[in-house]
Amino acid sequence: MRRYFGRKLFIYLLTFWVAATIDWMIPRFMPGDPIQSLLSRTQVAPEAVASLIAYYKSLFGLDQAIPQQYLNFWVAMAHGDLGRSVYLSGRPVVDVIMAALPYTLALLVPAILLSWWTGNKAGAFAARRRVLDNTILPVGYILTATPYMWLAIMLAWIFASVLGIFPISGGYGYALEPSLSWTFIKDLAWHWALPFASLFLVMFGGWAIGMRNMIIYELDADYSRYLSALGAPSGLVRRYAFRNAVLPQITGLALQLGVIVAGALVTEIVFSYPGIGKLLLAAVQNQDYFLLQGIFLFIIVGVLVANFLVDIAYVLVDPRTRVGMSGGTA
Amino acid sequence: MTRTQRLLAMLAVVSLATAACSTGASPTPAPTGAPATAAPTAAATPAPTEAATESYPRAETLYTTGKQWGPPSTWNPLDPNAAMGVVGLQYETLFLFDPLADKFEPWLAESASWTDPTTYTIKVRSGAKWSDGQPLTAADVAFTIGLAKIKVVGSNIWDYVSDATATDDTTVVVKFKAPAYQQWALWTYNSPIVPKHVWEAKANEDILKDTNANGVGSGPYMYKTAAEDRMVWIRNDGWWAKSALGLEVKPKYIVDIVNGANNVALGRLMQGDFDLSNNFLPGVATLVDKGYVSTYFKSAPYMLSANTAWLVTNDKKAPLDDKEFRKAIASAVNVPDIVNKVYGNIVKAADPTGLLPSWDKYIDAAQRDALGFKYDPAKAQQILDAAGYKKGGDGFYTGKDGAAIKLTIMVPSGWSDWEAARDVIVTSLKAVGINAEAKIVDYGGLVAARNAGDFDLVLNNEVQISNSPWTYYDYMFRQPLMSAEGRNRNFGGYENPDAWALVQQLDKTPVEDAAAQIAITSKLQKISLTDMPVIPLWYNGLWSQVSNVVWTNWPSDEGAHVLPATWNGYWQMGAIKMLTNLQPVPAP
Repeated sequence: MRRYFGRKLFIYLLTFWVAATIDWMIPRFMPGDPIQSLLSRTQVAPEAVASLIAYYKSLFGLDQAIPQQYLNFWVAMAHGDLGRSVYLSGRPVVDVIMAALPYTLALLVPAILLSWWTGNKAGAFAARRRVLDNTILPVGYILTATPYMWLAIMLAWIFASVLGIFPISGGYGYALEPSLSWTFIKDLAWHWALPFASLFLVMFGGWAIGMRNMIIYELDADYSRYLSALGAPSGLVRRYAFRNAVLPQITGLALQLGVIVAGALVTEIVFSYPGIGKLLLAAVQNQDYFLLQGIFLFIIVGVLVANFLVDIAYVLVDPRTRVGMSGGTA
Repeated sequence: MTRTQRLLAMLAVVSLATAACSTGASPTPAPTGAPATAAPTAAATPAPTEAATESYPRAETLYTTGKQWGPPSTWNPLDPNAAMGVVGLQYETLFLFDPLADKFEPWLAESASWTDPTTYTIKVRSGAKWSDGQPLTAADVAFTIGLAKIKVVGSNIWDYVSDATATDDTTVVVKFKAPAYQQWALWTYNSPIVPKHVWEAKANEDILKDTNANGVGSGPYMYKTAAEDRMVWIRNDGWWAKSALGLEVKPKYIVDIVNGANNVALGRLMQGDFDLSNNFLPGVATLVDKGYVSTYFKSAPYMLSANTAWLVTNDKKAPLDDKEFRKAIASAVNVPDIVNKVYGNIVKAADPTGLLPSWDKYIDAAQRDALGFKYDPAKAQQILDAAGYKKGGDGFYTGKDGAAIKLTIMVPSGWSDWEAARDVIVTSLKAVGINAEAKIVDYGGLVAARNAGDFDLVLNNEVQISNSPWTYYDYMFRQPLMSAEGRNRNFGGYENPDAWALVQQLDKTPVEDAAAQIAITSKLQKISLTDMPVIPLWYNGLWSQVSNVVWTNWPSDEGAHVLPATWNGYWQMGAIKMLTNLQPVPAP
């Protein structure tokens, strides 16, 4: 078991190093220069331009040689410092991200877990009867094929613009200040509902279809037929089938994480939800090296950690992996 | 699988996503100076109460949007990227300049005058005070002028100022080595006065780094709060102008929302949730005609003009180094199509001189009519034929040496209106036989290529309305050419010593001497019309659409002639009067 996790951990660390290095490189080799973009937005007197450029270069550490910058990047990261945001007037990137992160997590975590759980249940349920299968399956296909953005716009249009039930945008009401009061919490939930729903629904469709297909496959497997032939109640057969069918779904969850982050990005933009996604878009548009780099780093770490946890979960859920690791034969 | 194992598996899956949170949370340095941002901690709430929520009553709150493109991050009035309203609502300038009336109005200065050609005496408003109760005195003004010596503040006034002294509590005497009257006039209504008693403690190198949240200002509003998607101001009831000028800003709160998607601004505005949107909203003319929202003018062009969109030509590159070729392009571009089809008539075609409507009095109409251009494809071909350009086998003109010509034109990708305008330009150039194509590049890439002179044609609109066409011509004719890094003027590299001499002469002409300024600008117009260093196309609008649901008496052609803008630099161009003019709509 230790060797298994040791190997996994090594691979994750290696992946992290490669990903972080690429993350560091990409903005620096993009055409353009963030300081020039910054200066070009304001009409500074030409006589003062040179001193401003020098000031910004030293502020952002861009006045050093490239290898030194790369070294600084790792040293600073070890200290939890991800640099300063260029377009947000030198605000520390960690601050900026930490302010936006709760919103994104509040959308992603419940959407991922709930859609996975309910999707699997619904899929397994649908596989039971032809009538159900014929209704849930097409709905699932439509949902999973829907682009996140399109569904988000449709929800915003129907429930916010036409029916006026939910707010169109924002993390909480523009007339409120954050506080621990029911008014504020209700308002927060109200603003959260539509972005959550748009993520949840698309993912739900995917999981439901995956589960339904797996269950049908498992019910056709030899062990299921053998159990049935022995006269086992169909509930028991289904339970075994479900456990086997859920394994690929766990792997799927790990694979899906990157896509889901991208989905959260467009959803946040549609609803002007003040999370990481909206920040990422702004960072790209403004060539904000450090913000861009910091956000990617968070995403990389998040996805790697999530994958690692899925690995652990897999070991716990699938006895065969455990047996394989401790040297036995299945 | 045993029960415990299943539980463990569940837990592992649950922690899967939550762990992503804790990984980032470990070594966070304590936020310095940044405002407390909203971290929704709903789950950990012990016992929420009903009363604790701070809210802004709708009838007393003005909701605006359009200026902020990212979370408000600095409230330092010396930082050009300061949050909406820092200069104008919180910090104020010596004068206001109203471009619609072409008039300076004393603000923090009670009056000011040139006592001799190199001495400028400022009488500071008596009775003005800072939001911490301290009086605003001549010492604050002299101190602020002195701050500009720090180069990173981005000012060059000390190139021509030699001394600034407070001679008594209300008088500041500024001495000049070589008076640059126009630049100085620009300074008096653009540079915010800061309190000496707060700012003198700051070290020079921290002057720009300080985010200055909840700073001490003199203006009608004070910092209330800020979050990732908003900036909130609260009225300063001790504002000096109440007694001094009888002015009172009506909204108690101003909530400025960070720009999101266009549909959000438009939807909120139509629902009456936003009062003022300074966003460019395509197709807004239809909504105005149907009465959903209002704009400054009831019909075309709907918006005031804020800046001139022009085509910058690379004057260092053949065939664009030939003024005849540039003039042919000017006649070839189908500006009426851009105005009608791309913008739906919310912009106006530019005058051939490119001077904004607020500079109308400077335009030498007779000269313009004689030398100016208009959309005329036949004329464009005549010019090219007369200049000796020949068409090649593919129907496109070739260079004089017979080399094929294919111009590229750049606009920042994602600026949808400009992309549509660019397509019109490409089509109309091809129609007269000038081969052209769009070059797709993002804003950063465009800036880099443009500054390095690596372009043919690029759209630009960086000169905003101001007190003097000097800003316009300084931008157009600047010499010596700036180095690529940080270049922010004269991108085409057009060098004309006569023109530059005239620009400097204009700078040194007293602001009151209208006749001399008109004489100089007339000569500059002649150069720009005959040499066509840049090609003025249309006036970009001062995008502004308002809702009359909660607030009314907005600036309009029929009502108060005030700029309806929250953008940087506009509050002190009279937009602050918009807030004193507003009237609440009585609740039904």
